[in-house]
Amino acid sequence: MMKIKIGKIKLKNPVMVASGTFGYAKEFEKLVNLKNIGAIITKTITLNPRQGNPMPRICETASGMLNAIGLQNEGIDDFIKEKMPYLSRISTPIIVSISGNNIDEFFILARRLNKIKAISGIELNISCPNIKCKGLVAQDKKETYEVVKAVRKTTNKTVITKLSPNVTDITEIAKAAEDAGSDAVSLVNTFLGMAIDAETGKSKLGNTTGGLSGPCIKPIALRMVYEVSRNIDIPVIGMGGIMNTIDAIEFILAGATAIQVGTANFIEPGISGKIVKGIEAYLKKHKIERIQDIVGKTA
Amino acid sequence: MKDIRAKILSNKLVGHVYYKMVLDAPYIARKAKPGQFVQIKCSDGLEPFLRRPFSIHRVNGNIEILYEVVGKGTDILARKKEGEFLEILGPLGNGFAMPRKTNSEPRAIIIAGGIGAAPLVYLAEELARERIKTVVLIGAKTKDAILCEKDFKKIVCEVYVSTDDGTYGCHGFVSRLFHNILKTTESRFETIVYVCGPHGMLKCIAEICAERNFECQVSLEEKMACGMGACLGCAVPTKSGNKLACKDGPVFNACDLSW
Repeated sequence: MMKIKIGKIKLKNPVMVASGTFGYAKEFEKLVNLKNIGAIITKTITLNPRQGNPMPRICETASGMLNAIGLQNEGIDDFIKEKMPYLSRISTPIIVSISGNNIDEFFILARRLNKIKAISGIELNISCPNIKCKGLVAQDKKETYEVVKAVRKTTNKTVITKLSPNVTDITEIAKAAEDAGSDAVSLVNTFLGMAIDAETGKSKLGNTTGGLSGPCIKPIALRMVYEVSRNIDIPVIGMGGIMNTIDAIEFILAGATAIQVGTANFIEPGISGKIVKGIEAYLKKHKIERIQDIVGKTA
Repeated sequence: MKDIRAKILSNKLVGHVYYKMVLDAPYIARKAKPGQFVQIKCSDGLEPFLRRPFSIHRVNGNIEILYEVVGKGTDILARKKEGEFLEILGPLGNGFAMPRKTNSEPRAIIIAGGIGAAPLVYLAEELARERIKTVVLIGAKTKDAILCEKDFKKIVCEVYVSTDDGTYGCHGFVSRLFHNILKTTESRFETIVYVCGPHGMLKCIAEICAERNFECQVSLEEKMACGMGACLGCAVPTKSGNKLACKDGPVFNACDLSW
């Protein structure tokens, strides 16, 4: 009833946990039954270790939060050596989020991960707003096409492209990812935002600006999922402020084949498991046989 | 580590802007070590959005937290009534390390700055249980902000107090009191210093300890989102790169930190 497919990955349910909000899964093992989640997307890794941004890195806002972590991670070597052994033992599909400074780095990362059997898919984080560069890959349809194309060539694993909402027309970027061979798109990453301390006059984030997430972005994310899903043929994975089952159902009705729980993991670490159960109960209550039957069925 | 819906057994004003809350959380009480903390969801709604970290003040079957009303979260918490429920995640973090067994007799010096006293009462109890000679120094801006003096006196016989404005105890910073205590006490002990308080005070105490080659464990306070090592929001620069206050800390060896 809950089974879905994204690219080659068979998921027992449509609930995934979003990159950067679930560490490398081990952090949550005592609070969530990892077996019950649809898929786990690990914290973004890069070719080389990254120290991340200066403090402060997080700031609470009305119904949400800003973050400017800056992709702190230990790099792919450490990931393969230190994190993969644990992840390999989890029966749930593991999707590894990667980010590169250029096409070559995306290519090398994808090629190395392609050799690891326990990895089901790759999510291309071309939309992190907290790294210093000209602009995001996900803000340019040509660059998006080229990155996805390069990765597509080097891997036969499922490729998901994670899109940024900080664009004029998210649909054209989604189409570029589809044209380049992406198996699915996930949206949205965080919205660029800012908070200022009125007493000191300073930004509340060490990196000046950050990415806004949480329920405050949900209506915009939902609209974007609705628009994109009507204009492409590959699955859309929806996210943006999902805090509970009803939020998740809204994204599915808008057009998402699967959903990702992100910031909510920080507030209620067991929430992903609860949403899985909640969706199941919803389907029973409404006598819906298969989850696919309601994807995009908003009137 | 568990996420528990715990009943509030009491929530009382203990002076000025400070409250003590007792929560029915036997699992956390059983597992907690001094210096560890819990993440509390202050309301069932979306405001405030994130949980708030509180160090575990004491355990006795239940857990106690001692907190200062400083903002939205603690303001809501202060209005909570006995019998209401709160979601609490814990115990989190590493906690203080007990003095190592060496040939020389150990002596612990606990230094509390303002609300920094909160995790140190539990530590003092644990040190007393281990029969380790302990001295406590409490510092605060003013008399109203001196916390836990009575609690410490019940556990430890040597307790000294200082206030920045001289309204109670010795006049001046607690770091000066620390200096004076070191001058007047014997040095046959292997001294280990435990400190929690404002950043400037921690730095100052850490410097004094470094000069004298004392081990110094500092408990840091940082803003956190998850409290369990997932968001990487509470980075602490150390000599071996960024560590996390929530997972690698909140207690750090002072000499490892990049002050």
